[in-house]
Amino acid sequence: MSRERMVNAALMALLLGVPLWAWATDEPFTITLATRVAILALAGVGLNIALGLGGLVSLGHAAFFGIGGYAMGILASHAQSYTPLMESPFLLEGTKSMPVIWLVAILASALAALVIGALSLRTSGVYFIMITLAFGQMLYFFSISWPAYGGEDGLSIYLRNGFPGLNTLDPIQFFALCFGCLAAALWFNARLVRSPFGLALNAARQSPERVETVGLGTFRLRLVAFVISGAITGLAGALFADLNRFVSPGMFSWQMSGEIMVFVILGGVGRLYGPVAGAALFITLEHVLGGISPFWHVWLGFLLLLVVLFARGGVIGLLAGRRVAHD
Amino acid sequence: MTPLLFIEQVLNGLQFGVMLFLMAAGLTLVFGVMGLINLAHGSLYMVGAFAAAAVAGWSGSFLLALVAALAASAAAGAIVELTVIRRLYDRDHLDQVLATFALILIFSEGTRWLFGSFPLFLDIPDWLSGPVTLPGGIEYPLYRLAIIAVGLSIATGLFWLIARTRLGIRIRAGESDREMIAALGVDISRLYTIVFALGAALAGLAGAMVGAIQSVQVGMGEPVLILAFVVIVIGGIGSIKGALVGALLVGLTDTLGGLLLPEAFKLFMETSDATATGSALASMLIYILMAVVLVWRPRGLFGGAT
Amino acid sequence: MKLTTFVAAACIAALGGAAFAEDGALKVGMITTLSGGGAGLGIDTRDGFLLAAKLAGGDKLDIVVEDDQRKPDIAVQLADKMIQSEKVDILTGIVWSNLAMAVVPAATAQGKFYLSTNAAPSALAGKGCHQNYFSVSYQNDNLHEAAGAYVKDAGYSKPFILAPNYPAGQDSLTGFKRLYGGELSGEVYTQLGQTDYAAEIAQIRASDADSIFFFLPGGMGISFLKQYADSGLELPVVGPAFSFDQGILQAVGDAALGVINTSQWNKDIDNPANARFVEEFQAEYGRLPSLYAAQGYDTANLLLSAMDSADISDADAFRAALKSADFDSVRGDFAFAANNHPIQDIYVREVIKEGDVYTNKIVGVALEDHANVYVDECKM
Repeated sequence: MSRERMVNAALMALLLGVPLWAWATDEPFTITLATRVAILALAGVGLNIALGLGGLVSLGHAAFFGIGGYAMGILASHAQSYTPLMESPFLLEGTKSMPVIWLVAILASALAALVIGALSLRTSGVYFIMITLAFGQMLYFFSISWPAYGGEDGLSIYLRNGFPGLNTLDPIQFFALCFGCLAAALWFNARLVRSPFGLALNAARQSPERVETVGLGTFRLRLVAFVISGAITGLAGALFADLNRFVSPGMFSWQMSGEIMVFVILGGVGRLYGPVAGAALFITLEHVLGGISPFWHVWLGFLLLLVVLFARGGVIGLLAGRRVAHD
Repeated sequence: MTPLLFIEQVLNGLQFGVMLFLMAAGLTLVFGVMGLINLAHGSLYMVGAFAAAAVAGWSGSFLLALVAALAASAAAGAIVELTVIRRLYDRDHLDQVLATFALILIFSEGTRWLFGSFPLFLDIPDWLSGPVTLPGGIEYPLYRLAIIAVGLSIATGLFWLIARTRLGIRIRAGESDREMIAALGVDISRLYTIVFALGAALAGLAGAMVGAIQSVQVGMGEPVLILAFVVIVIGGIGSIKGALVGALLVGLTDTLGGLLLPEAFKLFMETSDATATGSALASMLIYILMAVVLVWRPRGLFGGAT
Repeated sequence: MKLTTFVAAACIAALGGAAFAEDGALKVGMITTLSGGGAGLGIDTRDGFLLAAKLAGGDKLDIVVEDDQRKPDIAVQLADKMIQSEKVDILTGIVWSNLAMAVVPAATAQGKFYLSTNAAPSALAGKGCHQNYFSVSYQNDNLHEAAGAYVKDAGYSKPFILAPNYPAGQDSLTGFKRLYGGELSGEVYTQLGQTDYAAEIAQIRASDADSIFFFLPGGMGISFLKQYADSGLELPVVGPAFSFDQGILQAVGDAALGVINTSQWNKDIDNPANARFVEEFQAEYGRLPSLYAAQGYDTANLLLSAMDSADISDADAFRAALKSADFDSVRGDFAFAANNHPIQDIYVREVIKEGDVYTNKIVGVALEDHANVYVDECKM
């Protein structure tokens, strides 16, 4: 077992152990925090597929996060008020069932990623960063000024949606669901890296010319990666909305895109478990520093700066050492 | 709508565009020469506005306030370049984004710590306040005309600087081949500090001038920053000419879009629905413009092959 | 001891070395905005609330204060924390309507009381009202309705109205039109967070308006007023109190002088409770109190008055005690309508300069004993 694997295992054990301990000692808020970590890490895992594996620096992943969130918000609000989503040409009802909501969130954000990706991938480098940002901003302003689902006020869902066989209102059971999603996404990501598709994508990042020469289209490879990435982030958005029982345009904001990116870089770009480490560290810092000083953003800023300047490879890189050339 | 109103709005768009140019010029120079994405550029804009407000409050002189804004933001820029930014030149864009994102946090909350949580006061000086009557009978604020004049003369000055001076030659050389000019014995790190401080000073000046007609508050830089990025991406990164064209395009699109779209929707919708829908679309308009430009020309209007 | 509790305790202690919460104190969770651009409003809310707690002896309320950063998801997280791990009895303090919409329904559904120090969106006043939700400030439409009534009474016949394109902005213009009822010369929705109003001012100039009503909270209002003053237009301007509040006026400066605005409170309302509040607030913090400070102060006093006649463990009795509103409001007469929103006078104020300080004075009453239009929709 390599050192990075040991770090990863310890990380997951910690993320699972802390809420279990909190459950035993009746500290429900700690479970809520851990749930937040799991969900944001899931969003990061999504971004990491584009960023780490595909080399696509997207500053617009809040678009997919928000679409996932609104998929939940729109479906659940219609179920809540017993009004159908649409009546013609066929009747479409809202729903409070998590699996259905997840499916819709994944499909909707994958579709959005397909469109945004197809347009954005015509550019590269900084232009790609900026065009993804532009698409995120478009959705942000649209969600603010679109009155049907609350606009700037957002949408409140009074009761968390249901999952067959579980009581999702119980913090530990909802955590288990989110942790399960995260674990599944990580497993999928690990398989993806080793698959022929992942290898080709990795090659396309490092040396696009060679990949083109052997007859693989880099555009298609990257587009598929972008769609998978968007879909996973969309799922995280649906879960995040369910955690807060609330969606708002804030989920579309460029600061949200920035934060998801911070999780990934803080943990270590391209490291499988990087987003988990990054999200855990960020949430812990926010929780601890926020209590100490009203100007805690300053200290967070300095800390991030130190990580970028002196701890390349992020937290995982720091703990597990330099990456040996692999894959 | 009367032609007068339309002309006035064109002037407004022009003034907005000129302000954006001051922000975008520094950003695009820094990217062109050093290859650096600087998210903290908006913070330097804020530094300029706060410095101007503080000095204007203390001395009562607007010109002194502008000088203070230039000095403070140039100094802040130079310090940041020397301590942080120069470590980022050989890093990838990802590290640059994160590090300058961290700088935003430090600048914003640091400013709030120094100046408190309430907006600061900065006003137009008496000799620039009030409207003037333009040919054709348009009443237009003198201060906004002054902004347009200052912005256009700075644009001219920048073109002259880049095309005609020794510093300009070095900047252009730095854009095309960094290793080569270092090998030719140009003190490259000093050049970088100068370029960065110059960009910062322009942002600070923009902040101070806009601060007099807007609200001087923490976080005022971020919305402008995003717009400045839109501008340089439309214009083509690294190109001063592109920044100018992009800035005017964005300024005019935003101002005229907000005016014309609701009117257009009124042709076939009820008034209040039309204003709501029109405003919603208008707020997305410049991002749509940017996406269209990039899909059509992936390196912007004046972007070379870098 | 939790750090946050410590911070709150430190605040109370700093207010005069009062004893820290003993057993039997009511546990209050205050979620408000203490960092970022809107921090001034939250700080005033907190200071007003803590002042009332201190004047009442300092040991009756155990107050936990947390910063929501003006982000709905952070506010929800803090509410969960306060309910789940701090085990508070009462929540309060949120400044912004969108944050309130995110927090209040879930909190009241869990049986907690929520007392609003500011935000009171229409969605929580009508069909979405709740017996455990009380707004001590107003209903969001109130000040805009008062502005509409004022414009009508003052004899203007062609106001030009503008507000940002978001729910509170739409509510604002609806509220204005409800009591104005006449013809408009123009109606414009601006972008949220917009800082340049040259285009709107040009539209006003081109219109046949005889007055202007605007709702542009925070920095937006500062920008609008400065630019309007510089445009050479001299139409009378009317707005709700938010853009003319004590914290913000100094940044607007001369541009605000003479502007008419509507508010349910001002520092010159003549009653003993208000005189004491204004004096104590200045003594404590060295600045004039704002509307938000007054609302925070009243909220704490309402809570303290309910504690005198009922115990929180008996929710029905406590609710009834809150609803009786048996406290000395700095606004004078104060009662709750059936949907737990205030019935109160709304005043017309004018911005003046006292020495070097810009402030407001009352010049009339826009609406007397005004409630809100959502009362009938509320079934609780």
